[in-house]
Amino acid sequence: MSQAAQKLPHMANTQAPPAIVLDKVNKWYGTMHVLRDVSLTIAEKERVVVCGPSGSGKSTMIRCINRLETHQEGHILVDGTELTDDTRALDTIRREVGMVFQSFNLFPHLTILENCTLAPIWVRKMPKAEAEELAMSYLTRVKIPEQAKKYPGQLSGGQQQRVAIARALCMKPKIMLFDEPTSALDPEMIKEVLDTMIGLAESGMTMVCVTHEMGFARQVADRVVFMDRGEIVESGTPTRMFEDPQTDRLKLFLSQILRGH
Amino acid sequence: MSQTTIDTVAVDPRYTVARESPPAGSTGPWGWARANLFGSWWSTAVTLLLGYVILRIGFSFISWAVIHAIWTVPTSPQGTPDTAICQNAKGIGACWAIIPDKYRLILFGRYPYQEQWRPAICCLLFIGLYVVSAMRRFWRKELALIWIGTLILVGVLMWGGVLGMPLVTEDQWGGLPITLMLATIGLACAFPLSVLVALGRRSTNLPAVKMLCVVYVELIRGVPLVALLFMASVMFPLFMPAGVNIDKLLRAQVAFILFTGAYLAEVVRGGLQALPKGQAEAADALGLSYWKKTGFIILPQALRLVIPPLVNTFIGSFKDTSLVLIVGLFDLLNMGTVALSDPPWQSFATEVYLALAVIYFVFCFAMSKYSRGLERELGRANRR
Amino acid sequence: MSGTTADPRMLGKRSAPKKALRISWSDPRFRAIFWQVVIVGFVALVVWYLVGNTNRNLAARHIATGFAFLGRVAGIPIGESLISYDPSVDTFGRALVIGILNTLKVALLAVVLATILGTLVGIGRLSKNWLMSKITGFYVETLRDVPLVLQLLFWYALIESLPAPRQALTIGHVIFLCNRGIRVPDLVWQPAHTWAFLAFLVGAACTFLWNRHANQRQAATGQRPAVWPVALALVVAFPLVVWAVLGAPADVELPVLRGFNFQGGSTISPEFFTLLIGLVLYTATYIAEIVRSGIQAVSLGQWEAGDALGLHRGAVLRRIVLPQALRVIVPPMTSQYLNIAKNSSLAIYIGYQDVMSIANTTLNQTGQAIEGIAYIMAVYLTISLSISLFMNWYNAHIALVER
Repeated sequence: MSQAAQKLPHMANTQAPPAIVLDKVNKWYGTMHVLRDVSLTIAEKERVVVCGPSGSGKSTMIRCINRLETHQEGHILVDGTELTDDTRALDTIRREVGMVFQSFNLFPHLTILENCTLAPIWVRKMPKAEAEELAMSYLTRVKIPEQAKKYPGQLSGGQQQRVAIARALCMKPKIMLFDEPTSALDPEMIKEVLDTMIGLAESGMTMVCVTHEMGFARQVADRVVFMDRGEIVESGTPTRMFEDPQTDRLKLFLSQILRGH
Repeated sequence: MSQTTIDTVAVDPRYTVARESPPAGSTGPWGWARANLFGSWWSTAVTLLLGYVILRIGFSFISWAVIHAIWTVPTSPQGTPDTAICQNAKGIGACWAIIPDKYRLILFGRYPYQEQWRPAICCLLFIGLYVVSAMRRFWRKELALIWIGTLILVGVLMWGGVLGMPLVTEDQWGGLPITLMLATIGLACAFPLSVLVALGRRSTNLPAVKMLCVVYVELIRGVPLVALLFMASVMFPLFMPAGVNIDKLLRAQVAFILFTGAYLAEVVRGGLQALPKGQAEAADALGLSYWKKTGFIILPQALRLVIPPLVNTFIGSFKDTSLVLIVGLFDLLNMGTVALSDPPWQSFATEVYLALAVIYFVFCFAMSKYSRGLERELGRANRR
Repeated sequence: MSGTTADPRMLGKRSAPKKALRISWSDPRFRAIFWQVVIVGFVALVVWYLVGNTNRNLAARHIATGFAFLGRVAGIPIGESLISYDPSVDTFGRALVIGILNTLKVALLAVVLATILGTLVGIGRLSKNWLMSKITGFYVETLRDVPLVLQLLFWYALIESLPAPRQALTIGHVIFLCNRGIRVPDLVWQPAHTWAFLAFLVGAACTFLWNRHANQRQAATGQRPAVWPVALALVVAFPLVVWAVLGAPADVELPVLRGFNFQGGSTISPEFFTLLIGLVLYTATYIAEIVRSGIQAVSLGQWEAGDALGLHRGAVLRRIVLPQALRVIVPPMTSQYLNIAKNSSLAIYIGYQDVMSIANTTLNQTGQAIEGIAYIMAVYLTISLSISLFMNWYNAHIALVER
């Protein structure tokens, strides 16, 4: 079980079933064992940051949660439903889980507004006017309502990533997954995206975030999970993890990324 | 932080899971078959259906082409081949006997029998030229000299008249040398033309020249090669002053040069466009004149970029040489049809065409494989 | 931030000064004019020389000029034509028009069939099934490396080796394959069929309107009424009902062997069939590669983003992947269509009488080579320019908007 099931103020309702449960998940690419007995429980409204060196399996793990990758052994439960080959269950789960990608993946042939309303119209079967109102409200929340009629190619990287966040939010998911959301951005744009994510966290969203931004982790995360070579090595509160690492591998990783801190 | 390096990190037994092997049946040949052939119901059905069709077609083809095929026929008392067994085996076995009987006619045309070593050497020279041009360590200015030298040597060998070799005029040439000649000389002459036309098309300060180049390219690209060959064979005699006679081969060659030149011009133009503007700007800043800038900076880089599409254009050119049959030139394909006009062999067109197809395929496939390998290599080198 | 006052750069109160042209070698504009005059002058001189020679040669051979021959009686036998033709009465002009129709007939049919086959093969190349992707790869590689003329001659030789009509191969005693062509049954066209065809057109138009209505309902309420069942009913069931109500005539004229050949039904000539098969199989290989690279050009991230939003595979394909793939596919596809039009001129090698073949015969008979060649080039240039225009319009219309 998780090492930090503390009752933090925003997690008042921890009688609810956990948002995500990974139970002894194993995944192979051919003969390469990329996820090794990964077990993790994430409660509702909990904010978890996953970090680790490249190749540690953190992106793979997070992509298994909305079945962009499939695991071969173990169980993954999202909001009480188990992830299997059952496509109907999968559709239900994907509606409740939003994902933000490292390379934004906005649809270049649709306007910003159309990017955001596509899924609500075709998946949640919303009327167009209602979907557009919803999209505008989220675009306002990420602070770019004036770009609604433009195309992704006309926006900067930071603006595109904020649109990607708004697009995922338009499906009103219960859980948001972030796969290295700022790694492809120029330095001056990272702050605007992190500010958006902090605002999202403060509104009570369950978040699982793979990132190298340790400042963000310190400010927002309830728990930091450190992965290396396919397994979870250590986890705990950000303060404890950064100031008092227990394992040598975490010490090595921190020394590599926190140079000068 | 302590001096923890990757080598001194101790392996903590609590966090090391014993290395498990992947689930049984997901790797190895059976695993591969399950993933790639029987991955789903649909995939299994397709595999079974395709497998059946391939086996049926494969067996009947091998039965026709190999097992029941007839490789030689006896000679009748008159000295001509007696193709009775072939006729009887029609539809059951291929009659490959036509190849040993006719291969010299097909490959070398009506070139005098004793002198056929000369076109044979020419073919080898052409192939050698392609191989040398393909090797990157020969991509220097000297390559142009190698091309010119080889073409002159080919000319000397084919015509003769010197060094004790009897003269053989162009109307006796035929077969593979004609094909190779049309394609190679076509490319050799079209290349400089295409560079000039591409540069002309990009020159914004000479609008009349640009218009001329556009008209040339769009006109040639809009009409089929057959039309150009007709134009060459019918109209060129009218263009010349009375009494001047242009050889058929030359007419076709000019048509090929004009045709290839237009397509190559577009390819070169693509290369010129792909070059970053900064290159030209840097050359201008150094004070280089237009021709120096183009010759030293722009063209060497742009031409490197376009070598794969250039090879593809050459492959197309090589295939297009088969069209000269319509203007009465005896290239490889036409010699095949001539061989078929011999009465004993008249009904074995399929065998001859298959053999010709193999020859064309060998040349074109080798070139296309080369071009794709080159694209990959150059793509890697260009990515910084 | 830009203020609410107008940008002074855009107001146009002052314009750039014009410099006078100096007649001097150091003025680049003068040099440009000079070189253009030289080059254009040189080309004009060459053209004048060639035209002069041509006129002299034509006069010496007593060859007429001008297009008057279009009104003369042709006397060219034409094997197949879409409009009526009588060699002893109809003019060269009419014969040439028939040539154009024949060319268009084979080209349009080849375009449709090659697109279908090429798309299927292209998708097959991307299949996860190893056999499928290897077999399609083999097909694409092999046919691209053999000249089209050789392929046409090969198919023609195969058809020639079919048995004579008396021993023709048959499919169900309804379709007959012999070396004189493929005989197929012919539908006897009745008024009921015309009505059924009109019903089909009406049904297609109504389907279009229903689709618009479905879009509006979805925009308003979020629920989309079923489109496919209605479309099927309008386009398939409705014409069938009309046809049945008007008596359901289904008289078919079967080809019947009389003497040495078949009577009745209609023929697909060996030449047409060879040209069609050759063009379709050859061009489909290029189209397959275009489709494959178009689909691969859409990055995996687009699929994943669509999946992550909860859209199912069909919707991801239709709304996200296909629009982007088509942008990459359509330009090279239109140039393949142009190639089909140009390659149809290879009809002359197997005796199919398209515009190239008939124009060639015309210019042989009248001796007027210049006019004949000019006619051929005009026809093909018209076809290529129309396709180019369409492609330019399409590219401008769907270009992705970027900074």
